[in-house]
Amino acid sequence: MANDLKKTALHDLHVDLGAKMVPFAGYNMPVQYPLGVLGEHLHTREAAGLFDVGHMGQVFLVAEDKTFETAAKALEALVPASISDLEPGQQRYTQFLNDDGGILDDLMVSRINMPGHDHMIYLVVNAGCKDADYAHLATHMPDDVAINIKDDALSLVALQGPKAVEIIARLNPDVAKLIFMTHGEFELQLPDGGVYAHISRSGYTGEDGVEISAHHDDMKRLVGHLLTQDGVAPIGLGARDSLRMESGLCLYGNDIDTTTSPIEAGLIWSVQKHRRSGEGYKGAARVAADLKTKTRRLVGIKPEGRAPARGHTEIQDVDGNRIGEVTSGGFGPSVGGPVAMGYVDVPHNKAGTTVHLIVRGKALPATVTKLPFVPHNYFRGK
Amino acid sequence: MMKYTESHEWIKLDGDVATVGISDYAAKALGDVVFVELPGVGDDVDAGGELAVVESVKAASEVYAPIAGEVTAVNDALEAAPETVNAAPTEGGWFVKMTVADASALDALMDEDAYKDYCAGL
Repeated sequence: MANDLKKTALHDLHVDLGAKMVPFAGYNMPVQYPLGVLGEHLHTREAAGLFDVGHMGQVFLVAEDKTFETAAKALEALVPASISDLEPGQQRYTQFLNDDGGILDDLMVSRINMPGHDHMIYLVVNAGCKDADYAHLATHMPDDVAINIKDDALSLVALQGPKAVEIIARLNPDVAKLIFMTHGEFELQLPDGGVYAHISRSGYTGEDGVEISAHHDDMKRLVGHLLTQDGVAPIGLGARDSLRMESGLCLYGNDIDTTTSPIEAGLIWSVQKHRRSGEGYKGAARVAADLKTKTRRLVGIKPEGRAPARGHTEIQDVDGNRIGEVTSGGFGPSVGGPVAMGYVDVPHNKAGTTVHLIVRGKALPATVTKLPFVPHNYFRGK
Repeated sequence: MMKYTESHEWIKLDGDVATVGISDYAAKALGDVVFVELPGVGDDVDAGGELAVVESVKAASEVYAPIAGEVTAVNDALEAAPETVNAAPTEGGWFVKMTVADASALDALMDEDAYKDYCAGL
């Protein structure tokens, strides 16, 4: 194995836990622990799964004039989401687009909620794209907006599942007041002293849960404590993938890339209405054009039998014409059968359409299905 | 006696019929098996040729024929219960039964001890 792989701050802990480590996006990451992908997946849907996502990029955008508006306007030129109207403590999902409206990366954008700091914008970007993202930001952000990359200082973990919030709230009950896609700064009371953490109620599993950012040493203590709690199990990249697939969440590099637009990928919900006019940011023309001229769409695909259809499987109509390709596919442990996502030409994207998946030369019948395969379990407040 | 290949299949000769499956080592390495694609009864296979496909949650892997012969039976129970491959890879988790074109071909395969050493070196 290559020695130049990077390690997250939790690397040694993964090894101690018996993880099978694999290269991923330049990092040596746990793909599974002794529990196994299936068990880890089901555990997350039933209790709480702890994911090391410290390989992802964490960046702050801070305007020189210390206003949120300046930083927000600058970022808004690069993403389809509306940023200027974010309230302190609010989080939004969006994408970096190129001039053609292709997706360079997808990311989470948050406006910090700490008094005196609510002009700061916090981004979480994909590990595999982060160097390109940082270069993209450096090229396109105006000189009066600083780009503070925090990868050397901050770790990131996700605690996901129906018991996740109850477990983290034992360390600070206020965390339970967060609703989906909001965040804040919290002091978490560990038995050996408090740690400060930035916590958002979001994730990549379709379950309720949080993502927690903290300094590397604090994170080691926090994770060490969380793993002593009943209901918490460490979860690897294998189950992370099957969980997000069942939840219909795109994986950059599989389901979205520079050839796909946010509209084709079914991400219109992440483009606020006043951002659909064809102007105002890189790639805006493509977003508007794809709304008018519908060519292809990302859909859920449910194979009829038990054979999984993996990425790049050809999709045909029932007459044998090629109509698209699977972009993510495998076995959904909570569904109890194979699940897939892929692009199909309009109008084959209609839910209920029968298609054929060409797996090892055989045409396997499958049905176009609305995403997600497993209902989202987000906490949107009472 | 059970013999093993470098690609982690086992084969066991009983009279003139051989049973083939994947080793405990392979089953553990694959993780949770969710689907097995088996050949048709009557298919002729070459030594080292593709015999079956085993899919875990994460990936698809090919299973190769340890020797040449004709498939005489397949383990249909794996269709409904692919997890048997993990639970009992060298018993209930067998893949196919096949004729043996040339019994001396088995001599070239590893016995239990040699296979254990081979796995330890991986």
